[in-house]
Amino acid sequence: MYIDLVLLSLLTFFSIWAVMRGTLLRAAIALALVSIILSIIMFRLGSALAAVFELSVCAGFITVLFMSVISLTKPMNYVETMEMTKGRIKRFWYLPVIVLLFLAGLFFLNIPVHFKAQNIVSLANERAVLWNLRQFDLFGQVVVLLLGVFGIVILIKSRFEE
Amino acid sequence: MAIDNAALMKLILIFVPLLFIIGFFCIIITHNMIRALIGLEILTKAVTLLLVFAGYITGNMPFAQPLVITLIIIEVVIIAVTAGVILNVFKHNKSLDVRNLRTLKG
Amino acid sequence: MPVSFLLVLVPLLCVIFANMPLGKAVKKLLFYFVLLFSLAQVYLVVCYKDLLTNGTIYSLTPVFKVSLAIDSLSLLLLLTIPIITVCALFIGWFTIKDEVQKYDFTSMLLMSLTGMNGLVMVNDIFSMYVFLEIVAISSFILIAFYTDIGSLEGAFKYIILSAVATILMLTAIAVFFTAAGDTSFVSISNAIKGSGRNTFLIAAMSIFVGGLLIKGGIAPFHGWVADAYSSAPAAVSVLLAGIITKVAGIYTLIRIVTTVFGFTPQLEMILLFFGAFSIILGALIAMVQKDMKRMLAYSSISQMGYIVLSLGTGTALGIAGAVFHLFNHAIFKAGLFANSAAVEEAAGTRDMDKLGGLSSKMPVTGFTSLVSSLSTAGIPPLSGFWSKLVIIIALWSSGHFVYAIIAVLASLLTLAYFLSMQRRVFFGKLKEEYKDIKEARFGVIFPAIMLSLITIGVGIFFFYVLDTFMLPVKSILG
Repeated sequence: MYIDLVLLSLLTFFSIWAVMRGTLLRAAIALALVSIILSIIMFRLGSALAAVFELSVCAGFITVLFMSVISLTKPMNYVETMEMTKGRIKRFWYLPVIVLLFLAGLFFLNIPVHFKAQNIVSLANERAVLWNLRQFDLFGQVVVLLLGVFGIVILIKSRFEE
Repeated sequence: MAIDNAALMKLILIFVPLLFIIGFFCIIITHNMIRALIGLEILTKAVTLLLVFAGYITGNMPFAQPLVITLIIIEVVIIAVTAGVILNVFKHNKSLDVRNLRTLKG
Repeated sequence: MPVSFLLVLVPLLCVIFANMPLGKAVKKLLFYFVLLFSLAQVYLVVCYKDLLTNGTIYSLTPVFKVSLAIDSLSLLLLLTIPIITVCALFIGWFTIKDEVQKYDFTSMLLMSLTGMNGLVMVNDIFSMYVFLEIVAISSFILIAFYTDIGSLEGAFKYIILSAVATILMLTAIAVFFTAAGDTSFVSISNAIKGSGRNTFLIAAMSIFVGGLLIKGGIAPFHGWVADAYSSAPAAVSVLLAGIITKVAGIYTLIRIVTTVFGFTPQLEMILLFFGAFSIILGALIAMVQKDMKRMLAYSSISQMGYIVLSLGTGTALGIAGAVFHLFNHAIFKAGLFANSAAVEEAAGTRDMDKLGGLSSKMPVTGFTSLVSSLSTAGIPPLSGFWSKLVIIIALWSSGHFVYAIIAVLASLLTLAYFLSMQRRVFFGKLKEEYKDIKEARFGVIFPAIMLSLITIGVGIFFFYVLDTFMLPVKSILG
């Protein structure tokens, strides 16, 4: 139980870090850490297949994507960065306060948890479900991936033509 | 690896709203387009966690996993398309500040 | 495999086929393919309803194990989608200059068609999310198609708001999944009925409806609508205003509320309030617009309000009115955006203060614009009058007198801003700089003519249309 608490706290901590962190590059790294911890939680909850996806796609591919976008956009010079950081701290310091207030509020309000979950222990495996029950979603995934290709072609091609 | 259901539920009910607050805060406060995207990512992580958790407590993980995988695929494509939009905005404006996006008014 | 699965499979296969490196001749076929496919879909919906709803291709059943649900509401949308797609196709094909862009646009149009067709046939809330995202991603790309700064801005706003909406919806889906153990409409509906008044489920239902209202651009969440509509290329505005927001926001709302959630007094109150708010706010902002497309966008928000208001009555007649107005609004708003495309192409601007007297030089555009405007404002015997009449009767008979009066008065506002638009753009004295403009090309005026004819036709034969297409929609309540 404690390990889950620790993992979830780390998840929250890294997401706050990703939001508050000064440079975008470090924010992207913090986001990758969030993904990695999330995939560990997913392993612990017994969803190994989805965890692998999360690890490879979110922690891997999306981080690379963020890195390339950040490096393709012009990095600011030192003075501008300092100016930005000052402005950022002014706007962002509320976040930890809000988070603490939320936690305190939860502690005092003591929200009751009475929610009946439908407990079905299914014996089918993921692949069977994916192919037999969720085939329309699979079809949707194909369309989405194709759309991604078109989007990249349409949006990025014009950029590099000049 | 026995995890107590009720206690886990309490934990999730604390941490998922927390992640939501962080993500929404990021989207509302930031002026940088990439950081808004990071906020969206955090929100998506919260939703992924919630879906996995839903599969866990219903004991129906084989059903939940395809949903999570689909979600991840869609998330990647959205991030890629948005990255394309952001790169194009940067080409025009030489800045990522959303406050410079003021051509549309009325 | 159900026959209806062909409606999403065939366009996808065609996109893949056309984009293989087979030379330009194959890509040129894309135009005819979209045209033929849309005509075939209209023909199927009108003449072979039963084949679509129940037909099965047994030889393919072992491979494709999808289950789809088509009822009278889906059929109506399946009829509207190809009509608007053909209009967008004509305008896009004849206004986009660059060859490669033309093919890219048509491929995207087909993907969008796939997404919309799939969205109206799903019977599972998670599949609904998947297809909503397909429609949304294709519209992001289409809005940012020319990658000029205005359209990128519109696309970025739409991306952020739409992503927030889908995240809200996914949260709700996770809660439903926990309560039902499944994500199909039937089991979620049963779980909601059996739960009594569980706080979690009520919260999930409200955030789901909130997400759909963002997607549909209803008043407090309308921030993206005007920017996206006005900054998109002309053909995309037609598609977006005509059908995408209706399928992605309003159809899903009607579907979820009627078949999954069921009506409760609180939900009705919420829908009525947001609907009325949207009507008034959209109409008031539309009065002060200078840009023709932005005015049409705010008018669209206002008309969407009528649909939500009618849904909010919770009666069978109200739902029929909502669906009827959805169909009519798709037709005449697409027509108006087609007119704005023609005006923009001929005069080079959309600023209504700079235009004037175009009617003498562009008689077809002027006339079709007049027909669509009057229909939007609810002038008999055009189609908009009948749907608004049904909506007002539904509101009155369910006892919402205040909302009925709001609906009538807002109709006058609509008439006011549309007449002002007509006066500023088409009537009056022709300005000096426009003295040698010509009517837009055939590709641009053809959709406007077609849509005006449909508007007039539905207005005249409205009993037939109401009986065949709108009133069967009542059955989804039962």
